[in-house]
Amino acid sequence: MATPPKTMFEKVWDAHVVVPETPDTPAVLFIDLHLTHEVTTPQAYTELRNRGLKLRRPDLTLATMDHSTPTRTEQVFGGAPIAVDSAAKQVRQLEINAREFGVELFDLRDARRGIVHIIGPELGITQPGKTIVCGDSHTSTHGAFGALAFGIGTTEVGHVLATQCLLQRKPKTFAINVIDDLPKGVTAKDLILAIIGRIGVSGGTGHVLEYRGRAIEKLSMDERMTICNMSIEAGARAGMIAPDATTFEYLKNTPRAPRGADWDAAVARWSRLPTDAGAFFDRSVDIDAASLVPMVTYGTHPGMVAPITGSVPASGDAVFEKALKYMGLEAGEPIGNVPVNNVFVGSCTNGRLSDLRNAANVLRGHKLAQGVKMLVVPGSQSVKRAAEAEGLDKIFTAAGAEWRESGCSMCLGMNGDLVPAGHYSISTSNRNFEGRQGVGARTLLASPQTAAASAIRGRVTDPREFS
Amino acid sequence: MAAVTRIRSRTVSLPATNIDTDQIIPARFLTATSKAGFGKHLFADWRYDPQGNPRPDFVLNRPEAAGCRILVAGRNIGCGSSREHAPWALQDFGFDAVVSTEFADIFRTNCLKNGLLPVLLDESTHEWLLAHPGVEVDIDVEHTTLTLPDGAAVGFPVEAFAKYCLVNGVDELGFLLSKDAAISRYEQNHGKVPG
Ligand code: SF4
Repeated sequence: MATPPKTMFEKVWDAHVVVPETPDTPAVLFIDLHLTHEVTTPQAYTELRNRGLKLRRPDLTLATMDHSTPTRTEQVFGGAPIAVDSAAKQVRQLEINAREFGVELFDLRDARRGIVHIIGPELGITQPGKTIVCGDSHTSTHGAFGALAFGIGTTEVGHVLATQCLLQRKPKTFAINVIDDLPKGVTAKDLILAIIGRIGVSGGTGHVLEYRGRAIEKLSMDERMTICNMSIEAGARAGMIAPDATTFEYLKNTPRAPRGADWDAAVARWSRLPTDAGAFFDRSVDIDAASLVPMVTYGTHPGMVAPITGSVPASGDAVFEKALKYMGLEAGEPIGNVPVNNVFVGSCTNGRLSDLRNAANVLRGHKLAQGVKMLVVPGSQSVKRAAEAEGLDKIFTAAGAEWRESGCSMCLGMNGDLVPAGHYSISTSNRNFEGRQGVGARTLLASPQTAAASAIRGRVTDPREFS
Repeated sequence: MAAVTRIRSRTVSLPATNIDTDQIIPARFLTATSKAGFGKHLFADWRYDPQGNPRPDFVLNRPEAAGCRILVAGRNIGCGSSREHAPWALQDFGFDAVVSTEFADIFRTNCLKNGLLPVLLDESTHEWLLAHPGVEVDIDVEHTTLTLPDGAAVGFPVEAFAKYCLVNGVDELGFLLSKDAAISRYEQNHGKVPG
């Protein structure tokens, strides 16, 4: 009998079941790659130590430092200490844990260091068909390669360290069909913000999203990562995109991709991953890409998003009103009138080389508007070097922006890179929660192009005015 | 983990929807390397003014909140960051259960792994509870019911294995470790290069 058609998610899931689930017990699922960082691991290592356990698969585990690390060159490479004491201690603790348990660590001065979700793909260890986890919700990023990748808590980090497995109930599937093509000047960031606006911040709860359709197939890997990255902002467990020639082209010759005959075998295997015709999804939604324009958030979660050409909507809801009050905005206000004091280009959503190019192309030959502060933080040291080789850093600094070492930085403000209270910050990151970029900071999420255009005018600006 | 079988307490209501884990515990407090002591930073930016003084109008600062072990929160609590510091902070503050109509996936898992009970209720019961803070409710974990002051018992779902672990104080890592032979077999069949 022919096997029934399967979704890509089911193929990856089925290939990793160590012990099948029963009504009484979840499945034991094998994890192919465990990415780790300084913030969500210390308590997991303590647990291992207390129980006298070893790391089961150091060869499938990688550690980097990104969340609480400084971005000022003198703090990373000079003698200046890390400004936040507890952050310095946490970074040291990761060094101790990595040494004791035998984990490969890209430490502060390592040329391969960067945001955990940027370096996995760069190294070529993010691959189609893998199960990938990390104590970080944006692990969904790696789904852009056709991997099943999701964030876990610290207890589960401990489970993976000790057993290379997780206890999991099988999630449901949700097809996001993106119909038609994205218009010129509308980016992957605008598309994912529109998708979140449409399905809501809990619309994907319990589901693995699969982004499908012509607009998705045409996206570069960087753009696909931007899309999958924000799956968690729709509440989804994970987001996936089918691997294709674009995926293979990206991975080929990355430092840790398979070589020679292994490469050919891998491509043959990966080519069987896309969802079979007629496979069943628990839910689906159609998104018309052709009608989209650049998108900007105006509230305190990523679902509060509007077209840049539109205005702040009205709602009788008290929670909505509270969000607008926090943002200092009123219903009916044109989005294009919102002032901008701070600009952040970076993060695992938009901190890759093409993102920096897109921002630099808008900024070239311009200056930041009076009073605007702009921080450009590459997603990894390798992105930083590549950007400098192209002279992008010069474009940013000539405009008056600051150019930093890589890290999470102002995406979550753990390292001291903060937006002052009351300031409007247009940011290429993924979360506009209250206080995310600093106590009282007012975050507007947007694409690198929109961030750069807004930096020039000092208010939210449609980047298509500069093309 | 200690067994959790019954939670009997007055409730405290926080009606905000989509309470993200950045609100539950802001990122600047995540540099700690142990699980203890996050309770004092729970909801820090809602609880304290910029000078660090408690805001008297915030529910958790009100005298009637003292000793409440059950938090009734608006729809979709725990979205955003995967930080397990969120349930650690809620527990350290004194909560044993969180009630809502919707829980973000990672947050729900993190709660269960720590013995903090996520109670997913139907909308009308939830609405009633939100509107009547301070009532005494009785949660029976084994039978997964929440009993209201009028004696009406309302059911809520908890995944079978998670419930078993809660009620019996079973530790999931121990269970996973007991699957060592199956894991080794899987590793042998799949070679060194995964995918
Ligand atoms: S860049 Fe922001 S979202 Fe991405 S891993 Fe770092 S803190 Fe998390």
